[in-house]
Amino acid sequence: MSDDHVYLSLAEGHDDSDARWAFGTGFEDPLHGVDQSVPEGTDTAQLAAYCLALGDDALVSAQRLAQWCTAAPELEEEVALANIGLDLLGQTRLLYARAGQVDGTGRGEDAYAYFRDADAFRNVRLAELPNGDFAFSITRLLVLSSWRLALFERLAVTTSDPVLAAIAAKGVKELAYHRQYAAEWAVRLGDGTEESQRRMRDALAAVAPYVDELFAETGELKAEVLAVLRQVTDAAGLAWPETAPVPGHGRDGDHTEHLVPLLTELQSVARAHPEATW
Amino acid sequence: MTQDWPLYEVFVRGKRGLNHVHVGSLHAADDAMALTHARDLYTRRNEGVSIWVVRSEHIAASTRDEKDPFFAPSADKVYRHPTFYDIPDDVPHI
Amino acid sequence: MTSTGTEASAADRDETRFEEQFDATIAKDQRIEPRDWMPDGYRKTLIRQIAQHAHSEIIGMQPEGDWITRAPSLRRKAILFAKVQDEAGHGLYLYSAAETLGADRAELTEALIEGRQKYSSIFNYPTPTFADVGVIGWFVDGAAICNQVPLCRCSYGPYARAMVRVCKEESFHQRQGFELLLTMMRGTDAQRAMVQDAVDRWWWPSLMMFGPPDDDSPNSARSMAWKIKRHSNDELRQRFVDMTVPQAAKLGVTLPDPELSWNEERGHHDFGTPDWSELQRVIKGDGPRNAERVSRRRAAHEEGAWVREAATAHAAKQAARTKQTEGAAA
Repeated sequence: MSDDHVYLSLAEGHDDSDARWAFGTGFEDPLHGVDQSVPEGTDTAQLAAYCLALGDDALVSAQRLAQWCTAAPELEEEVALANIGLDLLGQTRLLYARAGQVDGTGRGEDAYAYFRDADAFRNVRLAELPNGDFAFSITRLLVLSSWRLALFERLAVTTSDPVLAAIAAKGVKELAYHRQYAAEWAVRLGDGTEESQRRMRDALAAVAPYVDELFAETGELKAEVLAVLRQVTDAAGLAWPETAPVPGHGRDGDHTEHLVPLLTELQSVARAHPEATW
Repeated sequence: MTQDWPLYEVFVRGKRGLNHVHVGSLHAADDAMALTHARDLYTRRNEGVSIWVVRSEHIAASTRDEKDPFFAPSADKVYRHPTFYDIPDDVPHI
Repeated sequence: MTSTGTEASAADRDETRFEEQFDATIAKDQRIEPRDWMPDGYRKTLIRQIAQHAHSEIIGMQPEGDWITRAPSLRRKAILFAKVQDEAGHGLYLYSAAETLGADRAELTEALIEGRQKYSSIFNYPTPTFADVGVIGWFVDGAAICNQVPLCRCSYGPYARAMVRVCKEESFHQRQGFELLLTMMRGTDAQRAMVQDAVDRWWWPSLMMFGPPDDDSPNSARSMAWKIKRHSNDELRQRFVDMTVPQAAKLGVTLPDPELSWNEERGHHDFGTPDWSELQRVIKGDGPRNAERVSRRRAAHEEGAWVREAATAHAAKQAARTKQTEGAAA
């Protein structure tokens, strides 16, 4: 490699085989070849609302994962947590784009992310709770990824919207890894030291009350997901706590006090420059 | 810092038909963690690759010159990275 | 004591032979590999340089990382998140290269958080606006590319190979920065003002990234003889200026140096002298953000200790359980 001209030497060999070098190049379009017209007979309001809710879960989760950046317990975990955050951000963008196509407003992804207030967000409340310690974040990730994986596996084959099905099919591969990552860590922390066991027990107690609302609309999933969670807690030498659910539902726009500050930060620059393009 | 996770060497098959090639190292507490870390760090979410990880201390390596006892004091750590292998230019991602 | 004397002279003879072999490898432009004999100075210089480089990647996550949660579009958010993640990856590739020389990452991390090892002074400057993300990509990653592309041919194999990976990813970083600035310059007046303000703040610190002037850079000659370094600080600085001036024109921003002008005779741009006393102050720890950067890294490391210990404890328990099962089966 000659370094006489830095750009030329860097440009050498930037063909398709190099596509994997960095984010943003050469990645497959998950909607390639998918008919994006809305199938006849679709309840468009319902489909758009559903895409938005699933997108909100992913965006709020990605924002929490981004808050781990430069604070992870080891450098390798920085890379892992960012990978998961990026996957979820990718899901957000696809889901918002679909919502914009379906609801007839033609709004782009940023209109949903940056110019809706907290009471318009429909994410589950578990996603918006602050990160807490690594045990809490891992436990939350375990629950959310197990639930979303089970949900997306179904959506990929049952939904009548081909776009949502394609988004779900892509998400399944990502979520399977997220769940594996979280499950491995849950077992390590549950089995590890006295301190890590105590922190895992605290994390389970804090997360459990927010699990019920995940299943309000999809009751048949509950047994499957809880079985996964119990399998992991068993392997970790922990018990899945039986606690009363916190009343309310993020899907109805009920949120904790933590969503407003999260969105204020997320939307701060975009709202300061409403006329700007980035 | 005796709590430091052990060092693993990572080998990646860039695509089918190619050998696994040494790409670097990382730290992990156990084999499963080493594999997930290797995937995140050295393959960035692309499929169709296969990864090997092995504890660095389990690699036996030849030396350039067998008369190496004179630099043995540092050799106990240098074993960690037996990067002897010429990497063909056409292997992406190395 | 005669036997000791004989051993010593035999050792000297071997040492001489190893050194000749090492020098011949360097002279032939071949790579030195981890288990080869190398002079102590070569090893120490490399460990210091690679560690500083790795620390710079890790500390360098902070000034931009602060903007991931506030990036004003989802596309910019994803790009920035991926970029900062890349920097963690680059730090890891580099620590990995340093470990081939016998350094321990845990020890290097201790050295960083105790202030015994340095990182690039550039990361001690604040990032008050989103335009800083673009200018860091354009200037800081551009300067890093100038520095790093020659390192892909560095005489030490693992470092050179790590740099090949890093440079490939870094070129995307620079492009995303420039593209963000281009978009902002086509946007509102406020956006254009943000870009110019960021350019004004980052230009001189970026020129200082190449290190002190050649006549004040005591270790450079030896590093160049060992082919760790391929070009002098001033050569690389000149290259960066020549590369950046036409890009600034394209962008429509003004570089804050009244002395900047094309010198037909030299075939290069003339430019002003950075405030070297400022560089010294920042290197010594008096930069605007030194204390904050190191203390955040320290906090992450210390707050993560229980997690790392738990994983180690679990691995030990698992190993013991496996042994017990195997013992019972036997």
